[in-house]
Amino acid sequence: MTPAFPVHRQGEKFRYWVIAQGASVSLWEFVQDRWSLLWFQGYQHVSLVIQSLIVATLLALVLACLSYRSSRVTSVALSASSVGLTFPSFALFGLLIAFIPNGVTVSVVALAFYGTLPILRNAVVGLARVDPGLVESARGMGMSRTATLLRLEIPLAWPVIITGIRISAQMLMGIAAIAAYASGPGLGSFIFSGLSRIGGANATNSAWAGTLAIVVLAVLLDLVLNLLGRLTTSRGIRV
Amino acid sequence: MSETDVTNADLPADGPEPQVHGQRILLDGVTKRYPGQKAPAVDDITLEIPAGEIVMLVGPSGCGKTTTLKMINRLIEPSEGRILIGDEDVTHKDPDELRRHVGYVIQGAGLFPHLTVAKNIALVPRLLGWDKARIEARVTEMLELVNLEPDQYASRYPRELSGGQQQRVGVARALAADPPVLLMDEPFGAVDPITRQRLQDELLRLQEELRKTIVFVTHDFDEAVKLGDRIAILQVGSAIAQYDTPEAILANPANEFVEGFIGHGAALKQLTLTRVRDVDLHEAAVARVGDDPAQAVAAAEELGREHVIVLDGAGRPLRWLPLRALRRPDALTRVARDENLESVSLASTLNDALDEMLTSSHGVVVVTGRRGRYEGVVRIETVMEAMQGLQSPAHEAGRVTR
Ligand SMILES: Nc1ncnc2c1ncn2[C@@H]1O[C@H](COP(=O)(O)OP(=O)(O)O)[C@@H](O)[C@H]1O
Ligand SMILES: [Mg+2]
Repeated sequence: MTPAFPVHRQGEKFRYWVIAQGASVSLWEFVQDRWSLLWFQGYQHVSLVIQSLIVATLLALVLACLSYRSSRVTSVALSASSVGLTFPSFALFGLLIAFIPNGVTVSVVALAFYGTLPILRNAVVGLARVDPGLVESARGMGMSRTATLLRLEIPLAWPVIITGIRISAQMLMGIAAIAAYASGPGLGSFIFSGLSRIGGANATNSAWAGTLAIVVLAVLLDLVLNLLGRLTTSRGIRV
Repeated sequence: MSETDVTNADLPADGPEPQVHGQRILLDGVTKRYPGQKAPAVDDITLEIPAGEIVMLVGPSGCGKTTTLKMINRLIEPSEGRILIGDEDVTHKDPDELRRHVGYVIQGAGLFPHLTVAKNIALVPRLLGWDKARIEARVTEMLELVNLEPDQYASRYPRELSGGQQQRVGVARALAADPPVLLMDEPFGAVDPITRQRLQDELLRLQEELRKTIVFVTHDFDEAVKLGDRIAILQVGSAIAQYDTPEAILANPANEFVEGFIGHGAALKQLTLTRVRDVDLHEAAVARVGDDPAQAVAAAEELGREHVIVLDGAGRPLRWLPLRALRRPDALTRVARDENLESVSLASTLNDALDEMLTSSHGVVVVTGRRGRYEGVVRIETVMEAMQGLQSPAHEAGRVTR
């Protein structure tokens, strides 16, 4: 891993020449040199995850609201969620590419699919756990079913739902790396290009840089979601 | 403004008879069959609940009390029969619309934990589309009505309240939109006996002002005797074993089932029939916050008392103080409320007063009237006298073995 000669002592031009020629540099130097590209791909990665997460959250909430009142449908939803998560992501991307020409669309569809599952699971559990006495008193006051759902049940299940969203976000940050396979955007391109050239100059650096960036961004995203969860949870039910 | 008049804090205790605001409820041949059950849970009940009265539905567990109650606001749809509130058949009314005009209180209050006390109370007025200012005023009024300081409690969350306070907010919430009818399903079942007694007293005090039609479910016969203008004793299938005033039921149980339900010691239960307002109250030495302690001491000594009861600005009792605590000139500038002050209301029974006295260190218990204002004290002698007066006729009837 040690460069053959002290690259950083040379002039800027020479340095790029060296990198372009594929001479290996340290990981730190690699990151510094690709900073803007890394930054751009990181942005794309997070943006892909957040967009898919929003779709997944809405989808999961709709499915949960449709299913939580029936214990049969609820158990179907829970098993579907477990089974869905065992589906190998690489295979899903591969299959979707066959049907959808646009790489970005493939990525969003696949990520939304995976993202929905943990949120659905948590939402169904959270909604089912709302005290039936409270629902009855809401109905007894003349709140409609929809009003009860929107103003009582979802707010009470919200902390559990938000936990599902956080789990989902972490998972999607990882799975999104595979999006590069579908020529989707994101940090996966660093990893893929590294892994496909393994042994070549900077191949490991590339894979490492992509992986570490994903980890760092995942931690940051989790912090943000955690904060968002606290801000959107009533003080009356915060733990 | 007419709304605030109804619950005006300054109505004199002996003022004109308040108007009846409740509406009659009529259950007409109502039956409920749950799917998959042979016997109906409620079998053809016909019951008229007069406007402005508290009717207690009492009976053993599973006899159909809750089912009967919930058919009135159609949380459970009757299989057969009609239900009228006032002159309106509500059996085919839009259920949400109906429920917004029928107060409903359940055990544990059912407060929404994610909303503040104020928001909880505002729920039905909001559903009815009241404007903000009106809702805000109403919330304050309701909190005062149930003796919770609005400044202190409006912005709290339910989990920051005691069980008794939650239950009071539950009542405030149910009354917020001023419904003519209030349905209560074992509302005080989950609180300790002392709190329950206070909540019962408070309900009676509210009812004096509000005159709603209240249907109250309980399995506790003593509670039924204390609160009910009438009691319907129900058997399995909501079959009415007896429907009458507490006095009449105690005096003439209709059958063995009712006798069994009343249980033994009916004479002692008579103590539950005598209200504090029916006996002569005594005067205690009274001082008010801000009074001159020296004068208070002088007044107490004149009456030959060693303690004074201190009242707040609104005339509500705060605590007992011994005369020696009044030596300091600033002794009455600021007096903390004794949260455990033994007190009963005019509507309390002598039984309650006796209970309180047994925990009191003063042999007396403070009596409060409207809005928790001081009315006088009951002494143990008073209760004893009343007991003797009640027990002798009971002896003749051969009911008491002691
Ligand atoms: N939702 C329901 N489905 C089926 N049976 C019920 C339901 N609710 C109550 N029951 C039955 O109806 C009967 C009366 O119940 P309930 O009205 O709750 O009695 P109570 O309030 O007097 O204890 C009981 O036998 C109970 O098992
Ligand atoms: Mg019941």
